[in-house]
Amino acid sequence: MYRYDQYDQAIVDARVDEFRDQVRRRLAGQLTEDQFKPLRLMNGLYLQLHAYMLRVAIPYGTLDSRQLRTLAGIAREFDRGYGHFTTRQNLQFNWIKLEDTPTILERLAKVEMHAIQTSGNCIRNISSDQFAGAAADEVTDPRPWAELLRQWSTFHPEFSYLPRKFKIAVIAANEDRAAMRLHDIGIQLVEQDGAVGARIYAGGGMGRTPMIAPLIRDFVPVDDLMSYLEAALRVYNRYGRRDNIYKARIKILVHEIGADEYRRQVEEEFVAVKQLGIDPPRAELERIQAMFAAPAFSADAPEAIDRSDPDFAVWLDQNVAAHKQPGHAIVTISLKSIGGIPGDASADQMDLVADLAERYSFDELRVTHAQNLVLPHVRKADLPAIWTRLREAGLAEANLDLVTDIIACPGLDYCSLANARSIPLAQKLAVRLAPRQHDLGELKVKISGCINACGHHHAGHIGILGVDKKGVENYQLSFGGSGAEDVSLGKITGPGFDEDGVVDAVDRATCTYVELRQAGERFLDTYRRVGMQPFKEAIYG
Amino acid sequence: MKLLTGNDLASGDVTWWTGSGWSRHIEEAVDVGAEGEAIARAEEGARRVNVPYVIDATATADGPRPAHIKDRIRALGPTVRPDLTLKPADPQAGHWVI
Repeated sequence: MYRYDQYDQAIVDARVDEFRDQVRRRLAGQLTEDQFKPLRLMNGLYLQLHAYMLRVAIPYGTLDSRQLRTLAGIAREFDRGYGHFTTRQNLQFNWIKLEDTPTILERLAKVEMHAIQTSGNCIRNISSDQFAGAAADEVTDPRPWAELLRQWSTFHPEFSYLPRKFKIAVIAANEDRAAMRLHDIGIQLVEQDGAVGARIYAGGGMGRTPMIAPLIRDFVPVDDLMSYLEAALRVYNRYGRRDNIYKARIKILVHEIGADEYRRQVEEEFVAVKQLGIDPPRAELERIQAMFAAPAFSADAPEAIDRSDPDFAVWLDQNVAAHKQPGHAIVTISLKSIGGIPGDASADQMDLVADLAERYSFDELRVTHAQNLVLPHVRKADLPAIWTRLREAGLAEANLDLVTDIIACPGLDYCSLANARSIPLAQKLAVRLAPRQHDLGELKVKISGCINACGHHHAGHIGILGVDKKGVENYQLSFGGSGAEDVSLGKITGPGFDEDGVVDAVDRATCTYVELRQAGERFLDTYRRVGMQPFKEAIYG
Repeated sequence: MKLLTGNDLASGDVTWWTGSGWSRHIEEAVDVGAEGEAIARAEEGARRVNVPYVIDATATADGPRPAHIKDRIRALGPTVRPDLTLKPADPQAGHWVI
């Protein structure tokens, strides 16, 4: 894992001191809320429905046990004993006091964490593949590149006041586990003639106007990457609309001028930027890569797993993925217990997962954009022991990518922007469909409580958007979205439903899928083959 | 009726104007009539509340009931965590908002 150098630590410590003083001035009446709001947002502190909410950055979703234990401690001491893992691989505390925030940030800084770049119109926390460094199908570990981007983007003077927030994802495998093309810039590391470089997509995103990012450059050599991204951001910063918040994201710019014209301008800017010499020496990437070196895997780790316990075997088949190292595996810990709150973890659960990471996964763990946790480097021989401890803590739900592994934003239960609740709907759907989840197979349900789409509903095989219909919660249903390598945007089925109505509609849609599916087809495949009509008939009668 | 609500500056807690101060409990909220904006300005200036605003509500036997679901959830707490609401002893607390 990356470790802070003196510069990283110094800027994070300085930011804590600065914010402590800003909070003091706010509480003393020396700053108004209008003056203070942008300052607190730059430190990840929002004012939500019930209290202040602190969003902590988890760069590219990677944590160690010391960091997760610190988060658990903060949950216990300063919040209400739990935290919420988000679709940006971050963690939110829902019940934070303003007066405690500087102390919390100080605790975070001691374990090389912060809440910078989790709000505001800057380049946000970089996201990545949760299987990075472990996946058998990756070209290289994308995290050193993501770390390089983190260093480039943090407090970048030119890009701290962009027209709107800016999200970047980096992956290095053909299987897209990070919804890469639904980011403002999506980067796929690829190999060309023996060299690794970056394939750049730009202008994707969800929200009010969902777009799939078009390809802008097929291959950017590593020595040009920072200059190329600087050029891509400069064009957006220059021409992105600041007059209309709803049209300010880069996706609108790329869509309106066209990918070809955007590319032309970026290439032209790149020629100028390249002369500035901002690309770090190759040695810097190598320095960072050394910190992400593969752990000391045992060369003779056994492959055999005792599958005699049927419950364990189900979990093994559903939540454990192939690792690039023989005798090892990747474990996804579901934070989607049936009827539970998607993405929530208690302080005790965080401590347990930290213990497991320390003991069984070379002290590493990951957060996924689907609001689950990952132990990336586990010996297969240790899987039964891990499963036993997870089960004791209510964390052994065998439902990865199944219909109950629902992404849900906090919704109207917590979020001041939301129009409808997401969590109760996720709970009802999970309870209703759990008995059939293994028969239904991969079926990604994603729920957002408002058009901002934090719940990624556009990318759901089944997507649900909560809206406010004259003061009453109403839910729009859509089918056919995907955030994976077969990326697509969902299409709305028709008129919306109340909460129970949308649960019934999803239930009926799954029955239609079962009736129509051909061998090996997922819900998404069947929908793409037969189209909307049979589903529409089933849900609207 | 009109209620004045906001958040406590230091703690962030949801608060309601009682006529003489601020309470965490909506049952103690009073109708501010047309005075809401003026009270809000004075109280925010004195840092006794943060981001105050006026909402519509109806008077019921159980106390004021905000017109909009968002304010009902603010008044009570998240509907999915009855253990964290302001009426933890009431098993129906989570249903009050709907």
